[in-house]
Amino acid sequence: MSTAVWHQIFNYDDYGQVLALVANSIVAAAVLGVVGGLISTFVLMRDLAFAVHGIAELSFAGAAAALLLGVNVVAGSLAGSVLAAAIIGALGVRARDRNSSIGVLMPFGLGLGVLFLSLYKGRAANKFGLLTGQIVAVDMPQTAWLIGVSVVVLLALAVVWRPLTFASLDPDVAAARGVPVRALSPVFTLVLGLAVATTIQIVGALLVLALVVTPAAAATRVTASPRLIPLLSVVFAVTSVVGGILIAVGGSIPISPYVTTIAFVIYLGCRVAGGVRTRNGWARRPAPAAG
Amino acid sequence: MSAVSPNGAPVSGQPGVVAPRAASGTPAVLSLTGAELRRGERVLWSGLDLELRRGEFVAVLGPNGSGKTSLLHAIVGRLPLSAGTLLIDGRPPRRGSDLIGYIPQQRAVAPHTPLRARDLVRLGVDGHRWGLPLGGRRLRRRVDELLTEVGALAYADMPLGLLSGGEQQRVRIAQALVTDPAILLCDEPLLSLDPHHQNAIVELLDRRRRAHGTAVLFVTHELNPVLPLADRVLYLAGGRFRVGAPDEVMTSSVLSELYGGQVEVIRSHGRYLVAGAPVTYAAGGARS
Repeated sequence: MSTAVWHQIFNYDDYGQVLALVANSIVAAAVLGVVGGLISTFVLMRDLAFAVHGIAELSFAGAAAALLLGVNVVAGSLAGSVLAAAIIGALGVRARDRNSSIGVLMPFGLGLGVLFLSLYKGRAANKFGLLTGQIVAVDMPQTAWLIGVSVVVLLALAVVWRPLTFASLDPDVAAARGVPVRALSPVFTLVLGLAVATTIQIVGALLVLALVVTPAAAATRVTASPRLIPLLSVVFAVTSVVGGILIAVGGSIPISPYVTTIAFVIYLGCRVAGGVRTRNGWARRPAPAAG
Repeated sequence: MSAVSPNGAPVSGQPGVVAPRAASGTPAVLSLTGAELRRGERVLWSGLDLELRRGEFVAVLGPNGSGKTSLLHAIVGRLPLSAGTLLIDGRPPRRGSDLIGYIPQQRAVAPHTPLRARDLVRLGVDGHRWGLPLGGRRLRRRVDELLTEVGALAYADMPLGLLSGGEQQRVRIAQALVTDPAILLCDEPLLSLDPHHQNAIVELLDRRRRAHGTAVLFVTHELNPVLPLADRVLYLAGGRFRVGAPDEVMTSSVLSELYGGQVEVIRSHGRYLVAGAPVTYAAGGARS
């Protein structure tokens, strides 16, 4: 029994051949890692972790509806995400109002998704995959779609990077300096919606946070540099998702447990390292502060 | 607009040192004429005339809700006046103007906020521009210069969340000085600082305006660190206002009139104590 389970998790008999089959998936995963790593820095700055979860559930409902109707699953997932992003964007900027509304929205989205999935008569693996991630042995659907949407997200981030940072971290002064603080909020939520919709295709709706929150949360534990945080965050996200796939191809369980575990271990490591750094005073401080 | 010409700093702690205020002939860096601001039905203030000249330090006092912060928002172009005119260096206010530096209230910064002291200043330099933050050596030097000016270079690389309130406010001043502004708007920069740091921040601003002729509009609840340096006071309360030298405005009769009730101003050893003034001005009487 236990050997059977073990064999299911780790089986590297034909590793080389399997790897060739999933090469596409690895490329797509690496791109999603870059997207997740970058977007997570803004999710953290704007305190939007809960919104990510809310968007993911509606995105899941959209994907489930697409599966039921036999149309493009990524498109369905995108439609759900964008709808959720529009609703959350319209809810306003204040975190307290936002969070309770997201809490209302989330179970509704999940419920809709469960309804659509139970009506769907296709392969069970497809159903399960939307919630907990794809089994890598199955060819990743619509790789081109994922990469296309990812490129859109990356371009959008590149354009709004500086004003979005300013508006997220220092909204009062940003507004006084002429940054369109209010307009940037729905813009970012929309970009976040696109990123979440694509990430769901790999790790599933329930585990999106591992790629869209954890990497930057880990990075900010060890550094406060605005250059290093996105860089580390991308490295962490890519390591988690590509590493997850490389391990998962040896077995027949979905990649998400591997991805989330790697991400979590990185986070733990960063917490420990950050704790040490904080105890040592974080940065060198030559002269005592005058005030 | 001959209304109130600033007289000599009345209770200045440094006798003989006079702020480099230009004669009343020089154009004002900021001028409000018959200005009125409404939020919904409520009139925050109306008929407001104020001219701010180079190097002048004007303290803006008054209870919560009297429209002090709204005045700053009008000046930075976030709120349009409902009547009257507002000119900054002779032109209407414009969002993101380089003529204005803005120092917000000190607010708690979460310890893992991804922002070091130098990054906050950097945001002031180019944070409002589109695109990626690709900075060069010149940018870094500029940030170092600004941090040096406010005495914050020692903790330039510390995360903002690990700095004390006073240190954070120094960094915020450096950020506000990025464009070498003609006007510094300060929105309660002393809030939640201890007296020692309050004085240090006020002195820093005072030095700046004397050395560079930067006009300072200083919104505050803390009278005593500020009034000895202020050339004039703008006191807002109950939809009414009074502009004048601290001595003229900070009297029992003037404040009682503004609040429409008995308010006692006690002066002792150059310090002011205001008794009987409500902390928050409740809406209602503000309709003029």
